[in-house]
Amino acid sequence: MLPTVKKLTAAALAVGLAACTSAGARETESASADAASKAPFPSTYSAYPGRPTALVGATVYDGAGKKIDNGTVLFRDGKVEAVGDASLSTDGYDRVDGTGKFVTPGVIDIHSHLGDYPTPAVEAHSDGNEATSPTTPEVWAEHSVWPQDPGFTRALANGGVTALQILPGSANLMGGRSVTLKNVPSRTVQGMKFPGAPYGFKMACGENPKRVYGDRGRMPSTRMGNFAVNRQTWLDAKAYDGKKRDLAKETLKGVLDGEILVHNHCYRADEMALVMDMAKEMGYKVSAFHHAVEAYKIGDLLRENDVCSAIWADWYGFKMESYDGILENAALLFREGACVVIHSDDANGIQRLNQEAAKAQAAGHRLGIDISDAEVIRWFTLNPAKAMGVDGMTGSLEPGKMADVVLWNGNPLSVYSRPEKVWVDGALMFDAMDRKRRPVSDFELGQPGEGDVK
Amino acid sequence: MNRVLTLAASAIALCAAPAAAQDFVITNATVVTGDGSEPIASGVVVVDDGRVVYTGPQAGAGAFDTATVYDVGGAWVTPGLVATVTNLGLSDVSAVSESNDIRPGSSPFNAALDVAPAINPSSQHILVHRAAGITRAATVTAPARSIFGGQGAIIDLGADGQPVTRARAFQMVAFGESGARLAGGSRVATYAAFANALYEAQAVAAGRWDAESAMLTRADAEALVPVVKGEQSLYMAVERAADIRSVLALKQSFPRLDLVLVGVSEGWLVAREIAAAGVPVIADGLDDLPGAFEELAATQSNIGRMAKAGVKVAINASAMENPRNLNQYAGNLVSLTRIPGADGLTWGQAFAAISSVPAEISGLKGRAGVLAPGAMGDVVVWDGDPLEVGSVPTRVFIDGVEQPLDSHQSRLRDRYRDLDESDLPKAYDW
Repeated sequence: MLPTVKKLTAAALAVGLAACTSAGARETESASADAASKAPFPSTYSAYPGRPTALVGATVYDGAGKKIDNGTVLFRDGKVEAVGDASLSTDGYDRVDGTGKFVTPGVIDIHSHLGDYPTPAVEAHSDGNEATSPTTPEVWAEHSVWPQDPGFTRALANGGVTALQILPGSANLMGGRSVTLKNVPSRTVQGMKFPGAPYGFKMACGENPKRVYGDRGRMPSTRMGNFAVNRQTWLDAKAYDGKKRDLAKETLKGVLDGEILVHNHCYRADEMALVMDMAKEMGYKVSAFHHAVEAYKIGDLLRENDVCSAIWADWYGFKMESYDGILENAALLFREGACVVIHSDDANGIQRLNQEAAKAQAAGHRLGIDISDAEVIRWFTLNPAKAMGVDGMTGSLEPGKMADVVLWNGNPLSVYSRPEKVWVDGALMFDAMDRKRRPVSDFELGQPGEGDVK
Repeated sequence: MNRVLTLAASAIALCAAPAAAQDFVITNATVVTGDGSEPIASGVVVVDDGRVVYTGPQAGAGAFDTATVYDVGGAWVTPGLVATVTNLGLSDVSAVSESNDIRPGSSPFNAALDVAPAINPSSQHILVHRAAGITRAATVTAPARSIFGGQGAIIDLGADGQPVTRARAFQMVAFGESGARLAGGSRVATYAAFANALYEAQAVAAGRWDAESAMLTRADAEALVPVVKGEQSLYMAVERAADIRSVLALKQSFPRLDLVLVGVSEGWLVAREIAAAGVPVIADGLDDLPGAFEELAATQSNIGRMAKAGVKVAINASAMENPRNLNQYAGNLVSLTRIPGADGLTWGQAFAAISSVPAEISGLKGRAGVLAPGAMGDVVVWDGDPLEVGSVPTRVFIDGVEQPLDSHQSRLRDRYRDLDESDLPKAYDW
C-alpha cells in the first residue's frame, strides 16, 4: 500500500514544524554534526525583525478558501496571531490601514528557475540542466542558485512572492533535487533556504529527455525509452542498502521513503497516467505534475491519485506536447475536484501569478464553472504550499503560521492591482510607498537603473 | 449616404475587398475609439460596406438604413487590436521545425525574404488570436544568417483566403547583441555590414551594381532599395541606450531611412533623443530584468517614460508569451500609474499602444486600430473591460465581416466539458 499524500504531507510537516518551533523567532540553530551529515548545507535563514502589525479594513483572502470583508490580520514575532473581522482588538500592534485594499498570504511559485537560470542570462549563468546524463538524481538545485539573481527582487516587488521552489531543468528524466526558498535576499543560498521544507525531486516526461539524449544517439530516444530508463533506475535504487554513500541513490531512497516530493514535468494526459502507474509499481508518490497542459483530460484520475497539476493559464502550442493547451484547464480540474496550482517557470511570469489565476478563473466562468475569488487565491498560495510540503508552515493566513503576507493596492485578481507591501515572516521586505524598502542585488549596484521601480 | 459610398470605394482600391462585407450598427456600447481618448458611454458604431462610417454618441449618428443592429447592452466595443511584431501565420508549432517558417536559417537570402506568400490564414495561432480580438498583425521572419530578417507583411486575421493587407510593409534588421552575433561577433561588424548593404542597394538603384565586388546577392541588394529610399520602413531591433543613439545617428549617413525601433529596453534613458528624431518605437512592455547586458536598465516604466517624453510607442507583441497577452500588458501599464516612482499610461494611452499606435507604425494610420470614419471595419465587442485579465471578445468583425471564434482549443474545451465516456469514448464527441 502506498502512503497517501496526506500522510506524506503530515510527515513533512512534522519535520518542518520541529525545525521551526524549537528555535522561535530565530528559526534555525546550527544543526548538530549528526544532522549535518544527514542534511548538509542547512538553512541559515532566520526571520528579520518585524513590528507587531495589524492590517485593518482590507478584504482578506486567507488562502484556504475564506474571504473576510473589512477584515483584520494580526501578526507578531514572525507568526500570524489572528485573522478575523473588525472586532479583533489591535491594541499593541502597529495599525496599517487597508481600506480599499486586499490582503492575501504570500504568493508561492512551485516552479521557478530563478538563481539556476538567472539574469543576465549569459552562458556562464546557465546552471539549470546537468544535461550530461539522462538521470542525475545526485545533483541539487541549491548548488546552482545564484542568490544575486535580480529576478528574486522582481518576484517580491511585483509578484508578492514570498516562497518559491527552484527546480533543475527538464533535459533529464531525473533532473535532481529542488530547493525551496524564502524570497529574502541573502549572501548565500543557505540564507534563503526555507527552514524545514522537504526536498523535491524533479522528473521530466516526454519530448525533452528523449530529444536531448536521442540526438546524441543514446538512450532514451523514445517515450518507451524514457520509461525503461526510469524504471530500471528505480529498481536499482530499491536495491540500495545504504552502506556506501551514493548521492544519487540517497535522493531516490528519500523519494521511496516519502521524504522527498516528486515534481514531474509532464504535459500530456496519457503520459501522466503512465507515470502514476509507474509510481505505484515502484512505491512512490507524485506530488505534482508540472506544465500539465492536458491535465483537464484526466481530472478524475488526478483527483483519485491526489496529484496536483501545476499549470500556466494560457501557454500553448510552442511544442508538440503543448498543442492541446486550453484556457479552461484549471477550471475543468477544479470542477473534477483535483488540485490546481498556477506556476510560472518564467522570470517574468512569476511577477504575475495572480493575473494568470484570474485568466483561468474567467475562462471557467465562461464555461459555467463559477469559482470564487477566495478559491482562486488558493491556486497560488495554499495549493502550491501543499504540493511542496510546506502547507503546515505557510500558504494561508492562520494562527501560528509564518506571517508571509501581501497587502495589495486593489483586488489581486485584477490587472490594475499591485503589491503595496510584502512581509516575509512578519518582516517588511517590500514597500511600494518607501523607495528604500526594495532590495537591489549586488549585480545591479552601480548600473543604470539601480534601485528603480522596475 | 453618398459620401460614405465614395469613401468605401476608394478604400477598396487599397486592399482586397472582403468577401461578404456587412452593414451593421452597434448601439448601447461603451465605445473605445483607440486614439488615446477615454471611452464614450452609450456610444454607437456604424459600419457600412466594411468600413466604419460613424463612431460616437447616439445623438450624432443620424439615420442609417440597416437590417443588422446589435444592442450590446453597455458592453465595451473597440477597434480590433493590432499586434506588432509577430510571426503569426508562420508556424503551427514553433518547436516542430517542419511546421515553422519563422527562421530561414539555411537560406542564402536575407533582405529579399518576403513572408507574404508563406502566411497561412488557417494556422491555429491565427484562429486563437482572432478570438482574442487581434484583427491585424505585422508578421515577419527573424534574422537568421544575416542582420537582415526580410520583409514583413501586415496581415488581417480574418477567416478568408486573403490574409495580406500590405505585403513588403517593412524590412527587419538586428542590431545590438543579436545583430553583433549575426554580423561576425561584434557590434563593429554590424555597422560595417549595414553600411555595405545599403551602399550596394544604392548601387542597384543607380544602375551600377557590380556582381564581381558585391557581397550581397542581387536579390537582397534589390530588396534594400526601398529601404534606402525611405519607401519601406526599417524595423531595427535594438535594446541598449548607447546602441539606440548609434542607430539614430545612421540617419546622418542615410537620411531617408524610415526608422522604427523594436525592443528598446533602455529607451527611457534616451527618450528625448528618440522623440527628437521622430522615430516611433515598438517597445517590450513589461521586461524589467537585465536579461542581457544590453538590457541592464530595463523597467516596466520604460514605455510610460518614453511616452511622457513624446515618443510614439506601441507595445511589442513579440516580447510576451503570445500576442494575445497584449491587452494584459497594456493593463499592467495602467496599474503602474498608482505606484510611486513608476511611470505608466492612462487607460486611453494604453489601449492606443495596442491599437492605433501599432496601426500607424504599420502604415495604417486612420485605417486600423481606430473606430473612426474611413477605418476598416475591424470591430470587437468584449465581455468586460478589454484591458482586464480574463476579458475576451464576444464578437469580432474584420472588414465588417463577423468572424468565427472557434479553434482547436474551443473544440477541445467543448469535448472535455465533462469526462463521461459511459456510452462511447471521447473520440465520438464532436
